[in-house]
Amino acid sequence: MDGFPILTTMMLVPLAGAILCLFSGGAAARGIALAATLATFALGVLLWMNFEIGGPQWQFTERAELFEGFAYALGIDGISLMLIMLSVFLMPICILASWTSINKRVGEYMAAFLFMEVLMIGVFAAQDLFLFYIFFEAGLIPMYLIIGVWGGDNRIYASYKFFLYTLFGSVLMLIAMFWMVGAAGTSDIPTLMQYNFDGDAQFWLFLAFFASFAVKMPMWPVHTWLPDAHVQAPTAGSVILAGVLLKLGGYGFIRFSLPMFPEASGELAWMIFALSMVAVVYTSLVALVQHDMKKLIAYSSVAHMALVTASLFAFNVQGLEGAMMIMLGHGLVSGALFLCVGVIYDRLHTREISRYGGLSINMPYYATFFLLFTMASIGLPGTSNFVGEFLALAGIYQVSTWVAFVCTTGIILGAGYMLYLYRRVAFGAQNNEDAAAMPDMDAREWSMMAAIAAVVLWMGVYPESFLAPMRADIAALDARIASAAPADDSQLADGPARERAANAITFEAHERGDH
Amino acid sequence: MDFAASFALIVPELILTGAGLVLLMVAAWGGDKSARFIAIAAATAFFAAGLMLVPGLHFGTDGPEVIAFGGLMRVDTFALFAKALIYLAAIACLMVAPAFFSGPAAGAERGMRAEFPILILFAALGMSIMVSASDFMTLYLGLELNSLASYVLAAILRRDGRSAEAGLKYFVLGALASGILLYGMSLLYGFTGGTDFATVRAGLTGELATGAMFGLIFVMAGLAFKIAAVPFHMWTPDVYEGAPTPVTMFFATAPKVAAVALTARVVIEVFGAQVLAWQQIVMFTALASIIFGALGAIGQENLKRLLAYSSINNVGFILLGLAVAEQAGVSAMLVYLFVYVAMSVGAFAALLMLRGEDGTLYETFSDIRGLSVTKPAIAWCLLFTMFSLAGIPPLLGFYGKFVIFQATVDAGLIVFGAIAIAASVIGAFYYIKFVKVMFFDEPEDVVKGSSGAAHWALLFLTAAIISPLGYLLTPSISDLADKAASALYLAV
Repeated sequence: MDGFPILTTMMLVPLAGAILCLFSGGAAARGIALAATLATFALGVLLWMNFEIGGPQWQFTERAELFEGFAYALGIDGISLMLIMLSVFLMPICILASWTSINKRVGEYMAAFLFMEVLMIGVFAAQDLFLFYIFFEAGLIPMYLIIGVWGGDNRIYASYKFFLYTLFGSVLMLIAMFWMVGAAGTSDIPTLMQYNFDGDAQFWLFLAFFASFAVKMPMWPVHTWLPDAHVQAPTAGSVILAGVLLKLGGYGFIRFSLPMFPEASGELAWMIFALSMVAVVYTSLVALVQHDMKKLIAYSSVAHMALVTASLFAFNVQGLEGAMMIMLGHGLVSGALFLCVGVIYDRLHTREISRYGGLSINMPYYATFFLLFTMASIGLPGTSNFVGEFLALAGIYQVSTWVAFVCTTGIILGAGYMLYLYRRVAFGAQNNEDAAAMPDMDAREWSMMAAIAAVVLWMGVYPESFLAPMRADIAALDARIASAAPADDSQLADGPARERAANAITFEAHERGDH
Repeated sequence: MDFAASFALIVPELILTGAGLVLLMVAAWGGDKSARFIAIAAATAFFAAGLMLVPGLHFGTDGPEVIAFGGLMRVDTFALFAKALIYLAAIACLMVAPAFFSGPAAGAERGMRAEFPILILFAALGMSIMVSASDFMTLYLGLELNSLASYVLAAILRRDGRSAEAGLKYFVLGALASGILLYGMSLLYGFTGGTDFATVRAGLTGELATGAMFGLIFVMAGLAFKIAAVPFHMWTPDVYEGAPTPVTMFFATAPKVAAVALTARVVIEVFGAQVLAWQQIVMFTALASIIFGALGAIGQENLKRLLAYSSINNVGFILLGLAVAEQAGVSAMLVYLFVYVAMSVGAFAALLMLRGEDGTLYETFSDIRGLSVTKPAIAWCLLFTMFSLAGIPPLLGFYGKFVIFQATVDAGLIVFGAIAIAASVIGAFYYIKFVKVMFFDEPEDVVKGSSGAAHWALLFLTAAIISPLGYLLTPSISDLADKAASALYLAV
């Protein structure tokens, strides 16, 4: 792999596909898009296989001074690697999900998705502050089109809201970036991650970045664009929005806010905790009363993301690892849940929960997958989200028992709304004849669901595959921010060591021979 | 310095003058039949004049050898940069004009009038003189030559009510602005005893006399009129809407460049010792232009009117660079001007391609509904242009804003920059409305006519420049802008 610009190649393949799609008709565009995304996924697998765990922090670096003011610099660490893998894995599934449901302007649709993929890889691989901003912001254009052209009835309102909310969030970050580059004299992200800005400046810089990432994340109270955007976007749009775009906020916190402004992060952790606690409880309660499936899942995303923010600002290794694992797990599971909605939406063209019922009778395979993803969303052991949520709560507990307590109620409420959703859709009497007549999944839908289900179980049973590449980076980040960690209230203290191991009694009893 | 050397410095202007005079004779004897030939000849003259700029731009010219006619003109890299943009904009206008005037949009008198290209020539000549002026007399001479030609250009469709109205409004308000400027200049002359920039500058050091302060403010107000900056912007929407579209394209680009360059030269060279006196004015004007340009555009239905507000909005960003009052700010301003010219030419070229089957030009939002289905190429280019105007990466419009805001923040004007960038989000609202109408709405299907190769060439060229490919140009553009800005500061 030495010297081969694999990251650039991974961006060029979908870019070429996007341009081809733009000039080709329906059937051809679908084929090109699927081929391009699968090729990119294959390159992603190659990337992962060649990623040297325990090697240098930044690998596959590329650098070219193409532009004035910033450089074309790419490179990844374990955190970026995992998020890139998530993006390239979800992309072919998105294309498959739109295979039959998108019939108008297919070429442009596929081009928008492929362009989106370029930007997502770019945003996670960028090593220049401004290059990151360009990729970060450019996503607005394809997403605006995807929601606006192929969205539901109220798509125009949703697309405007999405665009203006996220743009307004980001512009202040740009001003902060200029200041940072002026102060540090470089726009190189790895260098900036080690640069110590002075305390007062950190405070303002943190807030400027926070404005952007909080909107992207989204955190309460600036989350309101998300339910609208999700509900109106086509299925694949929701998948990519929930699966990857929401992770940009978390990635931003972990890549920028924490390592670049550790002092300010520590000082303002209380604010993040407060907002996260409100979000977990409030959005879970809101999710409980939704009639629209997509809206319910959208609110559950906000709740999950709140858990991510809380655990990121726990300032310890468990919290950071937990946040990353929730992001990966949630990317898969919420994407899969939107696909589940999409499958039945394609048949009945409604997202109204009450229009369905008893689907486990006529769609048993569908109901099985839906159950798996519902359980994964709740965080059942053995599924991806369990690992993340467990680590996250363990991390949060160390810094604040109260925050951990409130966040845990969110998980209980999560079980409530997800099981309630599942009961209404899959169980019960088949009150609606048209819903009862829907056929089960076809091969295309099977392949999408099975792929995600396999990874969800893999991540739940053997998370080490996913944690291993990130371990060194998270340890480095923890070392960087440890000094700024907020005071914790759980007062963990090492007790006196046991004289014997916990199972010593039985052992000794056995030795003595009395049974 | 002898006269020959002075003449050598103004070869581009001599070419334009010569071409203008000769073509005027051709027009007088050849009549409107020769209009097409005159247009081509005029474009060639611009091209030739532009070629003359290349060596100077490439090697950079400054120092004492760029002063012509005993200090009346200063042909430095800064002037050359502005001239290059002006000539390019003029060529673009000449490329799209013939098709416009031969269509039904031209009303009762079909066909381009022979004097149209000549007026463009003289207007551009005036601008050329403006940007290299280093004396208030030269400045005024260039400004009026440009303005008089522009008044006639706005009203060139004599039988069209809107065009005549635009011409009259432009004339009355332009004359008012010239009057204010002249009054300011005379006050400055009275308080400093000279009209050349160096003398006035020398007279303005130290404590500013009240009269001189008035002079400064009047000059600034007059210039603000010319660049259509808030609060002296009221004429812009009416003139832009009423004037024939190729003329609007010209107005939105070339005179804007000239007037901005002139303003920069006056504030840096003449008022350079009184930065605090004018910086606040420019800062206020910049912010007000950004905000009012954005708010005014929101309710507009007519696309030309909307682009008029958009140009006010853009002037705000350009002035932001000037408000920095540093070399980096001027350099950023020049980069932004380049991007702005490319975006405006693209937007107006696309507007001129919205033709019906009979050649009728459409210019309202309701006409471009669903354009992405009926005319995808135009719609995609317009989409690029609009996102670029809104400053969304990865389009080049973002780079324009990037350099401006970087200069603002580097100069320590952080709060000011933050307010301005937040206000720029308001502008995004109506730019994305363009995209919404073209892409999200059901097709109206009135835009059916085809357009000539010249339009397509302009549209694709500007789309290529503002696409991410344009970023590859940034090293050379920044380099040129840096040279130009340092030449301006060298004059001080």
